[in-house]
Amino acid sequence: MIAYFKDIIGGTWSLLVGLAITINYFFKPVVTFQYPRETLPMTPRYRGHTDLIWDEEKGRDRCIVCGSCQKVCPSGCISLAGEKPEGGKGKVLTMYTLDFTKCSLCGLCVEICPTDALEFSKAYNLAGFDEKAYVFDLLKRLEAKRP
Amino acid sequence: MTIDWELVRLLALLLGVIMFVALNAAYLVWLERKEAGHIQRRIGPKEVGPYGLLQPVADGLKLMTKQLIVPEGADRLLFMAGPILVMVPAIMSFVTIPYSETLVARNLDVGLLAVFAFASVNVLGLLLGAWGSRNKYAVISAARVVSQNVAYEVPMLVVVVTMVMVTGTLNLQEIVTQQAGGFWHWNVFRLGVSPLMPVAFLIFFVCMLAETNRAPFDMAEAESELIAGAFTEYPGMGFGIFFMGEYANIVVGTSLATILFLGGWNSPFGLFFPGVHWFLIKMYALIFVVIWIRWTYPRTTFYALLNLSWKVLIPVSFFNLILTSAMLKVFHS
Repeated sequence: MIAYFKDIIGGTWSLLVGLAITINYFFKPVVTFQYPRETLPMTPRYRGHTDLIWDEEKGRDRCIVCGSCQKVCPSGCISLAGEKPEGGKGKVLTMYTLDFTKCSLCGLCVEICPTDALEFSKAYNLAGFDEKAYVFDLLKRLEAKRP
Repeated sequence: MTIDWELVRLLALLLGVIMFVALNAAYLVWLERKEAGHIQRRIGPKEVGPYGLLQPVADGLKLMTKQLIVPEGADRLLFMAGPILVMVPAIMSFVTIPYSETLVARNLDVGLLAVFAFASVNVLGLLLGAWGSRNKYAVISAARVVSQNVAYEVPMLVVVVTMVMVTGTLNLQEIVTQQAGGFWHWNVFRLGVSPLMPVAFLIFFVCMLAETNRAPFDMAEAESELIAGAFTEYPGMGFGIFFMGEYANIVVGTSLATILFLGGWNSPFGLFFPGVHWFLIKMYALIFVVIWIRWTYPRTTFYALLNLSWKVLIPVSFFNLILTSAMLKVFHS
């Protein structure tokens, strides 16, 4: 008999505790993020497609056209070309295309680059109707980054 | 030609009742989703209209544009009768519910009895609709609904009988008038008549949840086990009317709780003159609690549900009945 009443009172109490928790949550601010309306800054370690880094001192990219990235890429998605400017030393990058449809984001190109000319971009909301839209001209993207 | 003003009044109030039910059914869905959202720290509907206020309109349009399919082998008549039998009694119950001293469609002397008579048809609608749709899930759901409603009608009616003994009338308007003047006159706090009055209110409230098939007693729908239970085969507005009927029944249940226990349209401290606004404040506060409960507790098992009724609610409500009648006999006769 005592157990019966204990059960009722204990049960009622636990129900009230539950209600207290939910009403507490009701008055707390919402934690969801309204994604297409608001965007969060992407985390620093995020791996988007690779991108050339803008070098302030040189006033262009840091690439020396050694071709290491092209060679190391397991998917063969990088193709680049460069030429020697007249009178100048070393090669200058003239073309760098990344076929993102093949890229597996392994990051070997970023790792192997002797001059740290490559980085991962933070582009995460990529969508399109045409695969050609994913053959990126990284030099053109670099121009857009020119301050 | 003379105008029969009583007829005009009746028509206006009936039209008002139907609009009130429809508007409540639509916007309680909005309230439910908003409240559920905030309890789970989300926002809830926000895209359609400001604060998602046009969401019920969009939902209604979507449901209405859908084709009404009667499944093969289903009993067409019963299938169609199901939603109507849930919706119509819910609307009929509103006829006798007094929202203020003057705002009542028809003040019956047996108002309380009429409301419960109509409320008991609800389960019949679910049973016929489920049986008619020729679906195993629906039939299981119907069996559950009937045993649940039988189990919970007993303590609810015992509590109501207690209240009728205390008030001495079945007239809803009269019951509210007796509770005039301050919240300590409300039936829920009339401890001199029965010290168990708040418990009686609690029993009534729990039974109301079970009668309207609300969570944690939503055995009728039980989406995780029975798809949508009795509503499984219903397309478009057939389901929509079941849904509206459910919310209309919640409004009836909370209105009754307000009238029987919380003093109806009387103001708690004599502030802001008694009137329909107090009734609505109390009613919507109770509805808020109903929704709050739904988003707090998971669904009970079927045996726990029946155990709660037969082992706890019914003995306690009978004890309350005996105690109240004894106290009425000794102290108030």
